[in-house]
Amino acid sequence: MEYLQFAVKRLVQATIVMFVISLIGFSIQDKLGDPLRELVGQSVSEEVRDELREQMGLNDSFPVQYARFITKAVRLDLGNSYFFKKPALEVIADKFQATMELVIGATLIIVVFSVPVGVFCAINPKSWISRVIMTLSIVGISVPVFLTAIFLIYIFSVELGWMPSFGRGDTISLGGWSTGFLTWDGLHHLVLPSLSLASIMLPLFIRLIRAEMMEVLETDYIRFAWAKGLVRRRVWFLHALKNTLLPVITVGGVQIGTMIAYTILTETVFQWPGMGFVFLEAINRVDTPLIIAYIIVVGLIFVVTNTVVDLIYSLVNPTVRLVGQKP
Amino acid sequence: MALLEVRNLHVEFPLGRKTLQAIHGLSFALDKGERLGIVGESGAGKSVAAFSILKLIAKPGRIAAGEVIFDGRDLAKISDEEMRQIRGNRISMIFQDPMMTLNPVLTVGTQMVECLKAHRDISDAEAKRLAIAKLREVKIPSAEERFENYPHQLSGGMRQRVVIAIALLTDPAVIIADEPTTALDVTIQAEIMGLMLDLCRDHAVALMLITHDLAVVSQVTQKICVLYAGRLAEQGPTRSIITQPKHPYTQGLIKALPQQNEPGARLFQIPGTMPTLDDVPAGCAFHPRCAFADELCRREVPEPRPIGDHRVACHHAEKVASA
Repeated sequence: MEYLQFAVKRLVQATIVMFVISLIGFSIQDKLGDPLRELVGQSVSEEVRDELREQMGLNDSFPVQYARFITKAVRLDLGNSYFFKKPALEVIADKFQATMELVIGATLIIVVFSVPVGVFCAINPKSWISRVIMTLSIVGISVPVFLTAIFLIYIFSVELGWMPSFGRGDTISLGGWSTGFLTWDGLHHLVLPSLSLASIMLPLFIRLIRAEMMEVLETDYIRFAWAKGLVRRRVWFLHALKNTLLPVITVGGVQIGTMIAYTILTETVFQWPGMGFVFLEAINRVDTPLIIAYIIVVGLIFVVTNTVVDLIYSLVNPTVRLVGQKP
Repeated sequence: MALLEVRNLHVEFPLGRKTLQAIHGLSFALDKGERLGIVGESGAGKSVAAFSILKLIAKPGRIAAGEVIFDGRDLAKISDEEMRQIRGNRISMIFQDPMMTLNPVLTVGTQMVECLKAHRDISDAEAKRLAIAKLREVKIPSAEERFENYPHQLSGGMRQRVVIAIALLTDPAVIIADEPTTALDVTIQAEIMGLMLDLCRDHAVALMLITHDLAVVSQVTQKICVLYAGRLAEQGPTRSIITQPKHPYTQGLIKALPQQNEPGARLFQIPGTMPTLDDVPAGCAFHPRCAFADELCRREVPEPRPIGDHRVACHHAEKVASA
């Protein structure tokens, strides 16, 4: 029962945040230049332009325009892309799959490597391997994603010729979702982009897990676990790791959202046909509906991941959920 | 032969170029079912002594010299795995703050069952049965329900009962209790102390009680070790330590007890504070706070020597005893 209350409360909060995002997204609309210039050619006269403006409702007051936008938005209509001449949401949905696969690839790399490496560094803080990892992680965090991407291309594609340098490779359509995970070529193409997308988050997570775990290992309950004569494996991977992962889950959710933003850089360098790539093109073309649709979709992903993370967190951490319940 | 015997224990903390001596030549013995109090102010090395018996000293601390003989084996020399099999099985520990001792994300049951399973080949159902029986023994109401609870759902006193239940779970020979009641309310303190005393008697468990509270020690233990700045000040039978202290520090501690003072009068206190480990004075570490101190005390460290049934580390013990 408490959990349901908590879940409802989080969902209401999420809705409010989405509302604010839509307001911000919409209010930049008329600050991005004249959409008419992109929509029609040079040859169209001023009268026709005015008429078109009136037709498109661009002359209405801001609240009226915003109200119209919201009414349509809840029906999943974010307007038509000026350039593609089809619903902006449809354009984004097409590219969403490619971006998500990139994010999933990077997340897999982060999850698979950050936990064991972070735990190792926390347990053996003085070993030379930990020191090397810590130094490398600083480098990883400091170098911008696009630079890492270019390095990776230079080494693995240009010099060694092991990896493709652009595109998604072969994909298979799986109930409307075209995936590169199921073909050898698709996976092959996914490696470098995922690596470069993970290049900032992976070291960040290793450092986060290491720092949290070292702190947890100093606590009384870990000393008590040792005093009970438990085997090392159980103290480290149950008693310490579970407490370590609580804050990591929270940060992790936010970071996965952030990673979607980083895809813009990765997708550009690797010519990855995803949302970020389309977004950059849309900015160049002043394709306002597409820009707004992108902002709202990315905002939605942020809000959804954060909400899901909170809900998971309260499942893992008994003290969060049961606040207010009598002991 | 004593069940647990600590001989000439030295514990040190290498910190950069300096090495701090936390324990300096401590010796004591504990027989089966006997109760020993380790007394001293904060920083005297009581907890370090306790943790070094189980080889759980915080890094970079280490046993530099001495022996910890338990059941005829020197714990300072056995392997990590042999040590693990003794911890929580033959020698258990109770910590100071019950709010911090239990893992917040694991249920009481999990934390009890795992302790049994670490030391015995036992089924989950059997472990659960034993755990709930122990919870009842430490007088926890509705034990089955508590077994499923998380620590945050229990009060401080209740949590300390759970910790005591865990310590007793494997029928240990020795329990080391590090200030087990300091973090609790006064009313609960007496309850918990009484419970521990009863359980130790019933199960013939030897108790090593670490505390700064002389009143508690005098009620519970048969022997007392008084520590000062990592060294033994005085040890002997509880009754005679309390009634006839022969070390000026012990005397000071007893004089400082509220019940030794006139109601309403200002409480006695030992002048000055205990030195920190990196600043222990030369000679007898207690001399700057001692009324009996002379040139000899400033120059030479007094070795513990037998006086009556006490062992006293003071150059002027005879004079102090008759004062």
